Amino acid sequence: MPSAAPEAGAVTVPHLLARNVAQRGNKAAYREKEYGIWQSWTWAQAAEEIDALALGLLELGAKTGDHIAISGRNRPALYWAMVAAQKLGCVPVPLYQEAAAEEIAYALEHSGARFAIAGDQEQVDKLEEAREGLTTLERVIYLDGRGLRRYDHSAMTSYADVQAMGRKSARRDEMEARTDARTYDDTCVMLYTSGTTGRPKGVVLSNRNVIETSKNSARFDDLRAGDEVLAYLPMAWVGDFIFSVGQAMWTGFCVNCPESADTMLTDLREIGPTYFFAPPRVFENQLTTVMIRMEDAGQFKKKLFDHYMKVARRVGPALLDGNSVRAFDRLRYALGNLLVYGPLKNTLGLSRVRVGYTAGEAIGPEIFDFYRALGMNLKQLYGQTEATVFITQQPDGEVRSDTVGVPSPGVELRIAENGEVFYRSPGTFVEYYKNPESTASTKDSEGWVATGDAGFIEDGSGHLRIIDRAKDVGKLASGAMFAPKYVENKLKFYPNILEAVVFGAGRDHCVAFINIDLAAVGNWAERNNIAYSSYQELSQHPKVLDLVEGHVNAVNESIAQDPMLAACQIHRFLILHKELDADDGEMTRSRKVRRAVVGDKFADLIAALYNGAPEIYTETEVTYEDGRKGKIKATLAIRDATVVDSARATAA
Amino acid sequence: MKDTAAPYVTTDGRQIGDVLMDMRGITLRFGGVEAIKNISFDIREGEIRAIIGPNGAGKSSMLNVISGFYNPQEGEVWFRGEKRPAMKPFQVARLGIARTFQNIALFDGMSVLDNIMTGRLTHMKTGMLSQMIWKGRAEREEVENRAVVERIIDFLEIQAIRKTPVGRLPYGLKKRVELARALAAEPKLLLLDEPMAGMNVEEKEDMSRFILDVNDEFGTTIALIEHDMGVVMDLSDRVVVMDYGRKIGDGTPSEVRNNQEVIDAYLGVAHD
Repeated sequence: MPSAAPEAGAVTVPHLLARNVAQRGNKAAYREKEYGIWQSWTWAQAAEEIDALALGLLELGAKTGDHIAISGRNRPALYWAMVAAQKLGCVPVPLYQEAAAEEIAYALEHSGARFAIAGDQEQVDKLEEAREGLTTLERVIYLDGRGLRRYDHSAMTSYADVQAMGRKSARRDEMEARTDARTYDDTCVMLYTSGTTGRPKGVVLSNRNVIETSKNSARFDDLRAGDEVLAYLPMAWVGDFIFSVGQAMWTGFCVNCPESADTMLTDLREIGPTYFFAPPRVFENQLTTVMIRMEDAGQFKKKLFDHYMKVARRVGPALLDGNSVRAFDRLRYALGNLLVYGPLKNTLGLSRVRVGYTAGEAIGPEIFDFYRALGMNLKQLYGQTEATVFITQQPDGEVRSDTVGVPSPGVELRIAENGEVFYRSPGTFVEYYKNPESTASTKDSEGWVATGDAGFIEDGSGHLRIIDRAKDVGKLASGAMFAPKYVENKLKFYPNILEAVVFGAGRDHCVAFINIDLAAVGNWAERNNIAYSSYQELSQHPKVLDLVEGHVNAVNESIAQDPMLAACQIHRFLILHKELDADDGEMTRSRKVRRAVVGDKFADLIAALYNGAPEIYTETEVTYEDGRKGKIKATLAIRDATVVDSARATAA
Repeated sequence: MKDTAAPYVTTDGRQIGDVLMDMRGITLRFGGVEAIKNISFDIREGEIRAIIGPNGAGKSSMLNVISGFYNPQEGEVWFRGEKRPAMKPFQVARLGIARTFQNIALFDGMSVLDNIMTGRLTHMKTGMLSQMIWKGRAEREEVENRAVVERIIDFLEIQAIRKTPVGRLPYGLKKRVELARALAAEPKLLLLDEPMAGMNVEEKEDMSRFILDVNDEFGTTIALIEHDMGVVMDLSDRVVVMDYGRKIGDGTPSEVRNNQEVIDAYLGVAHD
């Protein structure tokens, strides 16, 4: 494992805080919108608040090595709580604020937290519920006391009271001694992974993990004091911890907290962050809103928008990547920037973004290119909690929608036989708390960590491309790689396609089920004078089948570009007569398709896709929202898609 | 005459304050129709007092008497130990009584913020001229009032719609804005006319929580009319039940629930 020495004695986050106070004590460190006004705290003020809280916790009896649970929406006071815990040699454990009481109870029991800091009544209620049958949790500290007046306060104290206690405390030396006794390999934070299967696991990250990663990633993107971020993603998520605590402390930039979850987009516009992270969903929603509003705009505005967006799509990405662009196009882009891109980015709150990232799931190329075309430096990264976020990221000038970039500084990558991606880095987690078996099965003795994702490193560019979850990747009868999710994602990038399920493991070729998006296709049908009375009728309309066939053919063409995956082209498809639904067990509650269930339930349809029949009659049992069951009968048309000869495609 | 010495403990065991408003022998007529027939009850400081009854029982008329919109032909209204003379609604507002309406009465074209600011009207001392010049006292006053309003916006969790014109809001949120405007007056007594009418279950739960929180945090005395029995029984400290303009029950929710006359009025009995 590569080991680096701490820089300038900054062994812990509190040390970085002290450095920031010394270097830029009167610059803004935190802002929060409250009562309609952005309130701000300088580094010196924040340090005072943190010290007061830490001393208060010390007076309450917090011991070195204690876990302190923190749950609530992004607020400066809760970020301070994390640093205050670290000052005392305690380990902050941020929890997801949406978590149900049982999940919180599990985390409290597993971590053995004696103190919990809650944002408001909702979080206090859950902690109190979780406390039943738990002997470890001693005291709940709450930030917003609203609605708590009549609660039993024997084991509850307000944040302000703890700070008041701390301000009177005479044990400052003891606190500082505790901070200084920490080493680079002591625990910095523990984060619970949401875990799609089984119990959540507590990922232990050391000071080295957090500080080295923050340092490397800040250098990679030239993050600096003076940058602004908007902290709106869950505090329990590793990304928020690194962006809003790790990198913020390392570089000394300012963390801005929105007024409430609902005001995020307004606050985004008011702050105008220079460094911005959002999952693809946020970008998608913003783009949809823009498009809908442009549909309603006047003729002139719409023409102007369409014209300049065409220019932007052609010229914008090249300009961002620093490629050469004809002077005339530069001029046109500058004009477009004046008339369209600038005002639009301003409305979206993205005018000042210097470094923007998206990750978490695949982003549609149209969406990605839209933001790049506007001149926003949107990039992709690939990471996970166990890596302290960063595994790969895209350097400026090498940004594409289909890769996740090159290994982040200090990260080594290895692709296993079966295509699974392994990494080793200074950010590689210490262990899963109280779970040596899982630790051993994830991280080997040399420090290599299995990601669970399958991918490959592209020849030439050296970029990593993620294909699918490793366990979903299979083989066709010919032995070629079968990556269903890769194909499904490509299909789902079309707004008309809501869901797609691709089959092919152990078969000669691939076939697909398609779910159309009722809103998008319904709208299209309306504009094209296609009458329909039900989802089922619309889904089987010949023109809708033509529409979807066009999308499938386009996807085949794009897959054929890729020699490794060309065999995954879709030969035949059908449009399902019902939407896949969690109530029918076809999807999980988080809307992930249960491949095996769908395969069993519609075995007759799969058989028809492979036996060359032009259509198939089927009956399907459905569960209505009130629990009653019914049957849908339908005759589904099966279409042949155009398959591109991959040899020809690559030659062309 | 009732004993007004504190503390007063309801049979449910909750301690509430002195008599804030005392209605004595109120009778209200519209021509030949007697909407309210000789009703007496009191509202105590810090309590949530519900007025319930079937349609046409005279609940809204009663609320309008309390708010000073109607002056009863007979009976006396005592407020904070003094007999209240016949008053105009704006004079009642100055006494510290604010209300919301059954059919929302907001300014549709104005933003949420401006609507709530109108609730501060009784707290504005500067004249129109100095407000136009907008220097010194007028500016200071506006800042102070805005601060109060912002606290209420935060309290009712409507930050996201602060600048939205009220006309564009869904019904449930309009109701909340109306509550915000009434709260902006920092009333001693808050009158709510069917605060949950037309709401779905989730909106009702939110509104109930806000009403309880207002009562708890600001200590505001609340008198409300409501149809949803479940809500009334959960929220209120004491309930007055009306039927055909008469008072047929008065007490804690559990007392009222077991009152035979009340059960008859709600479930209906054969009139023989």
